[in-house]
Amino acid sequence: MTALSKSWERAVVPLFILVAWEIVSRSGLFPVALLPPPSAVLHSWGDWVFGYDETTQANSGRWLADALSSATRVAAGYAIAAVSGVLLGIAIGWWRWVERTIEPTIQMLRPVPPVSWIPLAIIWFGIANKPAIFLVFLGAFFPILMNTIHGVKTADRNLIRAASMMGATEQQLLRHVVFPAALPSIFAGLRIGIGAAWMLTVTAEMVAVKSGLGYVLWDSYYFLRYDLVLAAMASIGLLGFATDGLIKLLMSAALHWQRASTLQSREG
Amino acid sequence: MAAIELKNITKVYRDAKRKRDLLAIDDVSLSVGNNEFLCLLGSSGCGKSTLLNMIAGFETPTKGSVTVGGKPVDGPGADRGMVFQQANLMPWLPVWENVAFHLRLKGWRKADRRAAAQEYIDMVGLQGFENHFPAELSGGMSQRVGIARALLLNPQVILMDEPFAALDAQTKMDMQEELVAIWQKQRCTIVFVTHSVDEALVLGTQVAVLTSRPGRVRELIGLDLPRPRDITSPRFNDHKRHILNLIREEGLQQRQQVAAA
Ligand SMILES: Nc1ncnc2c1ncn2[C@@H]1O[C@H](COP(=O)(O)OP(=O)(O)OP(=O)(O)O)[C@@H](O)[C@H]1O
Ligand SMILES: [Mg+2]
Repeated sequence: MTALSKSWERAVVPLFILVAWEIVSRSGLFPVALLPPPSAVLHSWGDWVFGYDETTQANSGRWLADALSSATRVAAGYAIAAVSGVLLGIAIGWWRWVERTIEPTIQMLRPVPPVSWIPLAIIWFGIANKPAIFLVFLGAFFPILMNTIHGVKTADRNLIRAASMMGATEQQLLRHVVFPAALPSIFAGLRIGIGAAWMLTVTAEMVAVKSGLGYVLWDSYYFLRYDLVLAAMASIGLLGFATDGLIKLLMSAALHWQRASTLQSREG
Repeated sequence: MAAIELKNITKVYRDAKRKRDLLAIDDVSLSVGNNEFLCLLGSSGCGKSTLLNMIAGFETPTKGSVTVGGKPVDGPGADRGMVFQQANLMPWLPVWENVAFHLRLKGWRKADRRAAAQEYIDMVGLQGFENHFPAELSGGMSQRVGIARALLLNPQVILMDEPFAALDAQTKMDMQEELVAIWQKQRCTIVFVTHSVDEALVLGTQVAVLTSRPGRVRELIGLDLPRPRDITSPRFNDHKRHILNLIREEGLQQRQQVAAA
């Protein structure tokens, strides 16, 4: 019973928004084409996914392909960002000389908006998957890197002492103490990173690629298909939510030891 | 051959911020024989931890030499076990993995580590808590895990830095008893830092009373009281009176120096 009421709690706000939106949209306050009601969006979305009545014309039935091409780009760019961000972050956090030689450069690159790399990315990689993957990488890399560095730097020095007292080599310290100690921070970075990854794949698809959810979004805007624009937005939101959920699952499996000592152990 | 040999140790901490040097330890020589239980007794800030950390290999003496088992100390290592004031357990590992951490570093298989850990978990009386995480343990239980972890190294030398300072009186007494039993069984050498006169007298075969800063050995007192030690016995109290007098004199001199300066 409590489980049921809990899942209700989660649904209250989205339901309220949808109902209010439907009412406003049908009230005739705005032209229906500019603010299509959720029911219309759902109808077009359905056709985009299942292709039942071709209301979405060329996009009819192509949702899975679009979602897959966006998701592939996210997966590729994000995987590269995660591996390189964590490895480089540990190196910067642990070795002073790495920090001194690499950090200033990285800190100068970090404030440059990933979007401003689009021209260069297109020149370097052409119009295809690669510039999009590159942008996704840029967006996800920095939060993962910064959080990893923070996690390493705030690792408890006493744990390192305890481990070296038991004969740990430097490599073992990194693997058995520093990495697990930094893991909560690393996961914080990974979760920020996945959001950035979705934001950037859509941006890239608007300019550099001719497929994917972002491309459909932009293309529908040119054809004044706001129902599809909204359906694309909702699709991205849902996929982002799902991938974040996946990372959260991974996180709670990896950080189960934290449960007894942190706020998240509170019931519910 | 002595288990631990400190020869003319001097330690100066460079204080870069205040552009001043701090003499923490001044010309300390100590020789700890095999199977001795040496208690380092001194007031806060007199350099007890500094001395212990030099034996552990975390600090290097500015002058003098430290040898353990005849070999000069050149860094931390598994030939010495260390029990810290805070237990310093890996929070992401369950109790048995913490106890067997050394074997993990040596690349032992999981089943072998688990079996080896059990002996030491039993020794410190933590049966039933093997799979608990450090966050689920009380302070005294964490401290036991730290002791079991140090014992598993099977070291000749165990270093302990006020390991029972944070425990309540009852738990402290139980742990002291257990520690003495373990020490008698394992026949190892222990250096135990404390600022409690009673604790030093209950545990040690020797007590080194340190002066306040800079730390010197004021007096090295051998204890041949029978065990278990009776804290109400006249001989125990003679020693206690003597040490308290030393500490009082020390405080007096300190104040006079401050007044003269
Ligand atoms: N890393 C350090 N850098 C500079 N000064 C230090 C450092 N460690 C200790 N000191 C100084 O050396 C002196 C001795 O410190 P130490 O920690 O050895 O004292 P202690 O006897 O263990 O005290 P307590 O009983 O409070 O633990 C203190 O005055 C302290 O300020
Ligand atoms: Mg100390």
